[in-house]
Amino acid sequence: MAEASSDIDGATSGLAVSTRGVTKAYDNGVMALGPLDLDVRKGEFVALLGPSGCGKSTALRLIAGLAAPTSGTVEVSHHEGETQLGPRPGLRIGFVFQEPTLMPWTSVRENVRLPLKLAHAPAAEADARVDEALARVGLTEFADSYPRQLSGGMKMRVSLARALVTDPDILLMDEPFAALDEITRFRLNNDLLALWRNLRKTVIFVTHSVFESVYLAQRVLVMTERPGRIGAEIKIEAPEPRGEEFRTSAEYAHFCREVSAALAPSYSGQSAL
Amino acid sequence: MRYVRILLPIVVLAVGTALWELVVRLNNIPPYVLPGPMAVFSTLVSDWPVLSQSLLTTLLTTLEGFCAAAVGGVGLALLFNQSKWLEYSLFPYAVILQVTPVIAIAPLLLIYLPQQTAVIVCAWIVGFFPVLSNTTLGLNSVDRNLAGLFQLYGASRMQTLRLLKLPSALPYILGGLRIAGGLSLIGAVVAEIAAGTAGAGSGLAYRIAESGYRLNIPRMFAALLLLSVAGIVIYGLLALISHLVLRRWHESALGKEN
Repeated sequence: MAEASSDIDGATSGLAVSTRGVTKAYDNGVMALGPLDLDVRKGEFVALLGPSGCGKSTALRLIAGLAAPTSGTVEVSHHEGETQLGPRPGLRIGFVFQEPTLMPWTSVRENVRLPLKLAHAPAAEADARVDEALARVGLTEFADSYPRQLSGGMKMRVSLARALVTDPDILLMDEPFAALDEITRFRLNNDLLALWRNLRKTVIFVTHSVFESVYLAQRVLVMTERPGRIGAEIKIEAPEPRGEEFRTSAEYAHFCREVSAALAPSYSGQSAL
Repeated sequence: MRYVRILLPIVVLAVGTALWELVVRLNNIPPYVLPGPMAVFSTLVSDWPVLSQSLLTTLLTTLEGFCAAAVGGVGLALLFNQSKWLEYSLFPYAVILQVTPVIAIAPLLLIYLPQQTAVIVCAWIVGFFPVLSNTTLGLNSVDRNLAGLFQLYGASRMQTLRLLKLPSALPYILGGLRIAGGLSLIGAVVAEIAAGTAGAGSGLAYRIAESGYRLNIPRMFAALLLLSVAGIVIYGLLALISHLVLRRWHESALGKEN
């Protein structure tokens, strides 16, 4: 199999994430993932697309350092500029889970503040950052609400604000909008794209939706069935900024068809279950 | 509907008490066999100086046993959570302590410990286990992704404990405390009964035993009534505290309409 990253190696101004021969086996010996060779450039928006159980979430957890690979290496670029919050890996990486994963016992503000609190950030700086992050996701007026008082989409925004509050270089998103209704999902897709255009973070976005991956990403990496590898890479060269008109364009439909076709082999010979 | 739920038990109580009084009066049952509710009540009033003193003693013992159970249960659970070795080594003995009937342990404790201490230890033995097992359950029920998040942000053990594990476990801990409250009272009573004839104790259970020997049946009933009321008040207080602590966020304390 060709390396997914073959054609970006030369053109890099710097890689944000680079994995080489990464595999992950379950305790019972079953291979869940790999070998995975993945390069993501700084500031790039990459979608990892694949059927459920193909190990794409595992890949994300390996990149985040939440799990150790069975073999291979994961490299994550270091923070540029001043690091007043210390060298913790978590401050370079923001993680958004499929569920909002909020602490129900405390307010939205305290939930967003958590990463700064864990890093012992000075209170004044933390306050400013929390306010800024909440403003970015449009939740300023809900700062003192409790998570249970919010809708699913709003909870996801809180989760996003929490990931952004440390100003990470890399944003890892594990099917963050999969549990939301379509209307909310579309809106959050647009918000995420706007955030990405403004902040130019590196985003690795795991999804099982062809349409979502094409709409959001600059590059869609299609993963195969377990053990998950990168089976195909499709560049989505669409004019920026993308918006609702892109979602209804012929170009969009063309890309979706291409990605779907690339995804098809990974389902071959197996039922959906 | 709400009023009915309050009203019905009161009606049952009133009818039951009236029937009891009626049976006693119609059959001319002497008070040393079965006192009517009126006789019990008047004994409660006339013996109040003695009974209130005993009530206070029992409540104090219960409180001390309860505090020991709360601190011991939560503390042990935290230790177990930090060290699997410690958990594997000690947990079986916590279970053994729990399944051995306290009424059988009490006489032994009374031999080796000063009476007051023995009574508190009894209250502790029956009270600590639900706190321990509930807290352990709570500490192990932490949301896996939240735990991952704490790991990602490099949280220290103390931070994880203070900011994640304890708040997650809080509803479970409070549930354990609610059970422990009633059990501490039982433990205290059991120990008092076991110590009863030894003399020095003046708790309510001791009064019940003493009144039994003296055939002062109305006072037995009066003391029993006070014990029941004490149990209800303890449970109610703990339920109230639990509600107040959790009302902002936990499902159990939220109204049904949410």
